[in-house]
Amino acid sequence: MAIRQLSVFVENKQGSLHEITDTLAKANIDLRSMCVADTSNYGIVRIIADQPEKAKELLDKEGHAANVRLINAFAVPDQPGGLTKVLSLLEGKGVNIDYMYALITSEDGKAYSVMRTGDTEMTDKILIENGIELLVEEKLH
Amino acid sequence: MEKRKYYQEEIETMPLEQLQKLQSEKLVKQVKHVYENLPYYRGLMEKKGVTPDDIHGIEDLYKLPFIEKSDLRECYPDGMRAMPLSECVRIQSTSGTTGKRVIAYYTQQDIDLWEDCCARAIIAAGADKEDVVQVSYGYGLFTGGPGLNGGSHKVGSLTLPMSSGNTERQLQFMLDMKATVLCCTPSYAAYLGESLKEQGYTPDQIPLKAGIFGAEPWTQEMRRSIEQTLGIKAYDIYGLTELSGPGVSFECSEQNGMHINEDHFIAEIINPDTGEVLPEGEKGELVFTALDKQAFPVLRYRTRDICVLSRKKCSCGRTHIRMAKPMGRSDDMMIIRGVNVFPSQIEAVLLAEGFSENYLIKLGRENNSDTFDVYVELRPEQFDDSVKNITAMEKSLAGAMRNMIGIGPAVHLVPPKTIQRSEGKAKRVIDERKLHD
Repeated sequence: MAIRQLSVFVENKQGSLHEITDTLAKANIDLRSMCVADTSNYGIVRIIADQPEKAKELLDKEGHAANVRLINAFAVPDQPGGLTKVLSLLEGKGVNIDYMYALITSEDGKAYSVMRTGDTEMTDKILIENGIELLVEEKLH
Repeated sequence: MEKRKYYQEEIETMPLEQLQKLQSEKLVKQVKHVYENLPYYRGLMEKKGVTPDDIHGIEDLYKLPFIEKSDLRECYPDGMRAMPLSECVRIQSTSGTTGKRVIAYYTQQDIDLWEDCCARAIIAAGADKEDVVQVSYGYGLFTGGPGLNGGSHKVGSLTLPMSSGNTERQLQFMLDMKATVLCCTPSYAAYLGESLKEQGYTPDQIPLKAGIFGAEPWTQEMRRSIEQTLGIKAYDIYGLTELSGPGVSFECSEQNGMHINEDHFIAEIINPDTGEVLPEGEKGELVFTALDKQAFPVLRYRTRDICVLSRKKCSCGRTHIRMAKPMGRSDDMMIIRGVNVFPSQIEAVLLAEGFSENYLIKLGRENNSDTFDVYVELRPEQFDDSVKNITAMEKSLAGAMRNMIGIGPAVHLVPPKTIQRSEGKAKRVIDERKLHD
């Protein structure tokens, strides 16, 4: 099951991440996970939050470049080799992964991850067909 | 055999009084020619209430209207052609700004006189018919290559028509053909020098003894560095397609200002804001009147180059007035790696490609070459969460800019509202090159 992710294009400079989290905190938006990709000029902040559309609206108003898109989310057993099984499935089907990061989890024995691939729908299908546990937003927040 | 000191001694060392008399005679004739054959300029004269009858000599020059780059562009493609097509033998062109280039037409006589000017520059750089002149300016519409090529022929030197680029081949020909004079942009000379140094060549192993460098601003510091690396004496040369090309003025062995070929061009310095003519020695905008140009004759052309003229006696014996290296521009034109670039061209590409008009141009120097970076704000709706797309947009914008201006910047997309807004006129260019002494 794909879940919604908020991403924001920010300057690679002191304070720009804080500016984003500050806006979200004031609106009482709960962040479940976050990851920052950086280049020398800019960064992309990717966030799993409970109200991504509302967050985007607030950030839009402040003039930020924000985007909400669906990405794949799944759980694997929290043990050696848990993740590599999923990755080999995708590789076998020729699906390229653009990025991936982990979700903080409070459920014992499981590791949650999210990733963006070249084909979100197909990735979902592969995961379902192979019995990989998918995450739904309701369960996250 | 003793070397020639001048290409046209009588003219180059002509006493001032005689030179000014010659200018006056030519001016009276030239104003008539322009008035009769260029409706556009005649219109400007009529607007100012001047006729050829008002011009009796150089003392009346100030009465004539200025002509500007925008006028020339408006005349594209042939509104400034003052001779029938049957008399024209060539065109040359500027690199093209905001879509419209200036097309300069030449008669055979125009080419001849232009090449004479370049020949004077080559002789002044200490070269003669025994020399091998490597011309590494671009050939084609750009005047650099054709001008120096023609000048070198007139001198009788062996000419290597290398054009620009292909560094490996440049060095091979320079070493194998034992080139003694190099003509190119100063940055390319510096680059060739660095390449030779990297390959282990010391100055005494390099056959060159002189260089004639122009088409972009360069400092004394850069001159010394090129001279040391290549083991040469480096001479400055100045010119504009609008006037002919390189060779409007050139340095002599004094290396202290460029002698303007005053038998062909009258130089004035004006206050760029009021148009008032300033006395010799004062800093202002350089204005040229071409006295002999037949096919593309400009009178009182505003170059936008800020400059100083000096009539001080020169030990080389030439009597023609000297101009300092231009000290800047009175408009926003930038010269990047020898190419004229206006911020408005960058802006036009951004708008055409659907990007925001909030941008910043940064110019710097690295290894004696210009760095050219353009920062552009991404519009919020252009962001789609992927680094790949941002990189792709940066590349395609850089390509579109290269198509427009001839050289490609490094384009950097940045988040919205991160480029500083200034009140009033936007600050579009940060030039950290320190190209003027």
